[in-house]
Amino acid sequence: MAEPRVIAEPRVIIVGAGPAGVRAAEVLVASGVRPVVIDEGRRDGGQIYRRQPEGFTRGYDSLYGTEADRALSLHETFDGLKDKIDYRPDTLVWNISQGRVWTNANGRVDDLEYDALLLCTGATDRVMPVKGWQYAGVFSLGASQVALKSQAVSIGRRVVFMGSGPLLYLVASQYVKAGANVVAVLDTAPFFARIKALPKLLAEPGVLWNGIMLTRMLQKSGVRVMTGVKPLEILGEPETGVSSLQFEAGGKVHEIACDAVAMGHHLRPETQLADLARCAFRFDAVTRQWLPVVDADGRSSVDGVYLAGDGARILGARSAEASGQLAAMTLLSDFGIAASDRWALRQAVANYARFATGLAEAFPWPHEQIADLADDVVLCRCEGVTVGEMRRVDAREANRAKAFNRVGMGRCQGRYCGLAGAEVLAAARDLPVEAIGRLRGQAPVKPISVGVAEDEA
Amino acid sequence: MSRSDVIIVGGGLMGCSAAFFLRQRGRSVTLLETDLVGRQASGTNFGNVRRQGRPIDQLPLANRAIETWRKAKELLGSDVEYLQSGHMRVCYRDRPENVEKMEQYAADARQMGLDLEILTGNALRARFPFLGPEVLAGSYSPLDGHANPRLASPAFARAAKRLGAEIHENTKMVSAEKIGTDWEVRTEDGRIFRAPILLITAGAWGDKIAAQLGEPVPFATLAPTMSVTEPVPYAIAPAMGVMTPVEKETVYFRQVARGNIILGGSTRAISYPDLYRAYVLPQNTVSQLQQIRRLAPALGKLNIIRVWTGIEGYTPDSLPVMGPSGKESGLFYAFGFSGSGFQIGPGVGETMAELIDTGKTDIPLAGYDIRRFAKA
Amino acid sequence: MNGRFTRLAETDRPKVNIIVDGQPVQAMAGDTLMVAMLSSGTSLRSAEFGPEKRAGFCLMGACQDCWVWTADGGRLRACSTPVENGQQISTSQPEVTWPNHG
Ligand SMILES: Cc1cc2nc3c(=O)[nH]c(=O)nc-3n(C[C@H](O)[C@H](O)[C@H](O)COP(=O)(O)OP(=O)(O)OC[C@H]3O[C@@H](n4cnc5c(N)ncnc54)[C@H](O)[C@@H]3O)c2cc1C
Ligand SMILES: Cc1cc2nc3c(=O)[nH]c(=O)nc-3n(C[C@H](O)[C@H](O)[C@H](O)COP(=O)(O)OP(=O)(O)OC[C@H]3O[C@@H](n4cnc5c(N)ncnc54)[C@H](O)[C@@H]3O)c2cc1C
Ligand code: FES
Repeated sequence: MAEPRVIAEPRVIIVGAGPAGVRAAEVLVASGVRPVVIDEGRRDGGQIYRRQPEGFTRGYDSLYGTEADRALSLHETFDGLKDKIDYRPDTLVWNISQGRVWTNANGRVDDLEYDALLLCTGATDRVMPVKGWQYAGVFSLGASQVALKSQAVSIGRRVVFMGSGPLLYLVASQYVKAGANVVAVLDTAPFFARIKALPKLLAEPGVLWNGIMLTRMLQKSGVRVMTGVKPLEILGEPETGVSSLQFEAGGKVHEIACDAVAMGHHLRPETQLADLARCAFRFDAVTRQWLPVVDADGRSSVDGVYLAGDGARILGARSAEASGQLAAMTLLSDFGIAASDRWALRQAVANYARFATGLAEAFPWPHEQIADLADDVVLCRCEGVTVGEMRRVDAREANRAKAFNRVGMGRCQGRYCGLAGAEVLAAARDLPVEAIGRLRGQAPVKPISVGVAEDEA
Repeated sequence: MSRSDVIIVGGGLMGCSAAFFLRQRGRSVTLLETDLVGRQASGTNFGNVRRQGRPIDQLPLANRAIETWRKAKELLGSDVEYLQSGHMRVCYRDRPENVEKMEQYAADARQMGLDLEILTGNALRARFPFLGPEVLAGSYSPLDGHANPRLASPAFARAAKRLGAEIHENTKMVSAEKIGTDWEVRTEDGRIFRAPILLITAGAWGDKIAAQLGEPVPFATLAPTMSVTEPVPYAIAPAMGVMTPVEKETVYFRQVARGNIILGGSTRAISYPDLYRAYVLPQNTVSQLQQIRRLAPALGKLNIIRVWTGIEGYTPDSLPVMGPSGKESGLFYAFGFSGSGFQIGPGVGETMAELIDTGKTDIPLAGYDIRRFAKA
Repeated sequence: MNGRFTRLAETDRPKVNIIVDGQPVQAMAGDTLMVAMLSSGTSLRSAEFGPEKRAGFCLMGACQDCWVWTADGGRLRACSTPVENGQQISTSQPEVTWPNHG
């Protein structure tokens, strides 16, 4: 390990005020460091512990269910930290360059220098394209949860949940509890995959048990729950949006009338900032995703840049809290401020990783189904590029394909098409998906206005 | 080991178009490219196909190039999205002397077959109502336009390949040596290629190769700043740019048929040619956006969704090195296009092919002679 | 009122009025602009490269599918912008004369 870089008061910036960022800030404050905490959200909490707007009145139990105590503890911790940190909500970090983060808050850009940067940027949905997914009324699974949690609405009157992963069952059950009409939960994963993954899932028996209870609750409420599903088509009209969903299961074609589809296949980390900070990436064969390289203590490959939570690797909320603490402790010790024993946290994160591997095996990313999509399926919603165009492109690598067919070049910067696009191209070229590489991140990580004004320093 | 009439080092627009025109002339060609064709400056540039503003004695080359741009689709068998929708160069009120310069340039350009129209006052506002209040005058070139840089060089490479050119991607030249009458070119992976003629079209890397061959050139490699907006209704046909001596103010934009507006210019960043990488500096993006709002305030309401850059080689006089070596026979250069090589690219390829094939060309190249940098 | 979204709780909030495509729309304080629009309408905008209407996708500011135009040609990301009384929104693309209204 490198010699500590002793700086009396290192300037630490944390990006993200979800469980990872909040716990990291707590550790830093306890050692007398006053970090800057930046989050583009209006309120702290991140995704899972997202706080509803001021003036909403639902209680913790109804918002967070089995995780209510954790949510409350996280929110209270953060409220207690507010005057000990430099908290900047509603502020997007849109670029990182030469030891500075570049922010945009309400159309004003600013840049801040750091000695250490802790990226806790969380995740977004991983989605598999389906014919018709461009219609109004199709949302990501995470979106359907955001709608409920932070706005108390259902995304439709007849909602189908389709995809795979524990979040699929969780959100569907939250919808049922809130009184929404859930017509089906369609899982692309075959049931036996879950049995096979059991030994690894037992790493977190409590979480496993919660999952089992969810499925039972859904079935008891009369929701159709099916596994081993192959999505065929979301039918609808360009003007009015989704009207029904066709899929195959048990060798038969089914059609369900619905006005909303929530789709997601687990999550993908938000790694654009790590990329702009020039962190190295590695291919993770379990999830078939490129992840930033991070050591057991939360260090990235770049000096002074640390990664925690789902933004580094999808290990869930509990692990996010632990890895946030761990990275903050590592940072403190790297700067010669405080050394503490990190062994227990390291163990905890390793255990979550084992569980996450189990989840990835129980609810696999259906890459064969993606490779099989028909040519006329829209692959990139931003630019309207089809699967066929990806197959025909004169390229064997993701960034080259993007240069020719714009997949990854649109507004979302490849967040929702990049992974599926790589699977389509890999299958078409008969290459392993890692050979396709990953779309390089480019600033701004989210759009900024040509009208941005510079802050007068 | 392979032998051909010509080895081309560098698969940007210059190298790919040279390969294409050499094959048209029946010369056998081997092109070596470190990366993939057209991924460096030629694939990342702004895409201006602009003749106006070039040095007057470069216009014959530019005119030759525009002929190719106009028939690119038929010639290459694929669309490079060339849009001949005009080019407009404007100046600001705080430099009124530029109007006179524009008028003089227009008079000189007319002699060379480039017709420009100077617009001021109401005529300017009526034609281009979106220009900012600081804009004083403009010079409009109706027969210039823009094209898609990501498609252009690969299209030339594919067409050259169809005509029989050998194109080796992921093949980096490490040394070249004259053995007898042949050049022997070695690549990083140990292969050897031979030809009596060697053409260096290595862009921002050209100076290193020229130095290896004993002809050093003073050179800077910089990374111009690019951005693109979300798609909006197609409303602005010509590419627009600012004429100014100030780097920061030098911005330009063009709207593509799909609706996105590409923004370019203002301050540039350093680059890392050895790593084949360049990074946009956020402060340059911010400066570019500020200047774009001066040029066309309505753009201030749009969002940019992506920024990028590329590596370009600049000479001290902003003119390329183009023509035969000053030292060795059978050696030719075409590099260092100093931020304005895209439009003339196909003309450069065609002219180098002519020069190599026939030993002469009518296109004036005297100003681009590498010997101008030899120590006095 | 037949919107895409249905309200499940928190319905006692103060009312807010906005104008969408020239028509008055009632929403609630604390709504995002997206929820305000989709509680009475079915879409936010038209796709640029397809015939279909769009209604957003991610609700967390990541997909950028929900940008709408304001009456004076400004841009708002509907899923992350709180609704404000009097907002004037257009769900269609502006006229091609848009650059002339700096
Ligand atoms: C929509 C969604 C719903 C989820 N629901 C659940 C659930 O119900 N149960 C469960 O166990 N897990 C859930 N997860 C998984 C969840 O991500 C983790 O459990 C946990 O929230 C991860 O914590 P984190 O701190 O790593 O990231 P997050 O909680 O996601 O926090 C990341 C924060 O970083 C901010 N941020 C990111 N990029 C930038 C930037 N460029 N500039 C400024 N701020 C930025 C974000 O605004 C966000 O607040 C969900 C994930 C998603 C995406
Ligand atoms: C961001 C940007 C914006 C620009 N905007 C404009 C514009 O609007 N209008 C305009 O006219 N011009 C513009 N330019 C300039 C224009 O792009 C260049 O002048 C032109 O593309 C140069 O083409 P080239 O073939 O010489 O160089 P390149 O396209 O860079 O090609 C050189 C090639 O040589 C290869 N190479 C280098 N060394 C070796 C080696 N040892 N062995 C094998 N291969 C090697 C490289 O990999 C590279 O592919 C811009 C440039 C940039 C970077
Ligand atoms: S719905 Fe995705 S950014 Fe608003």
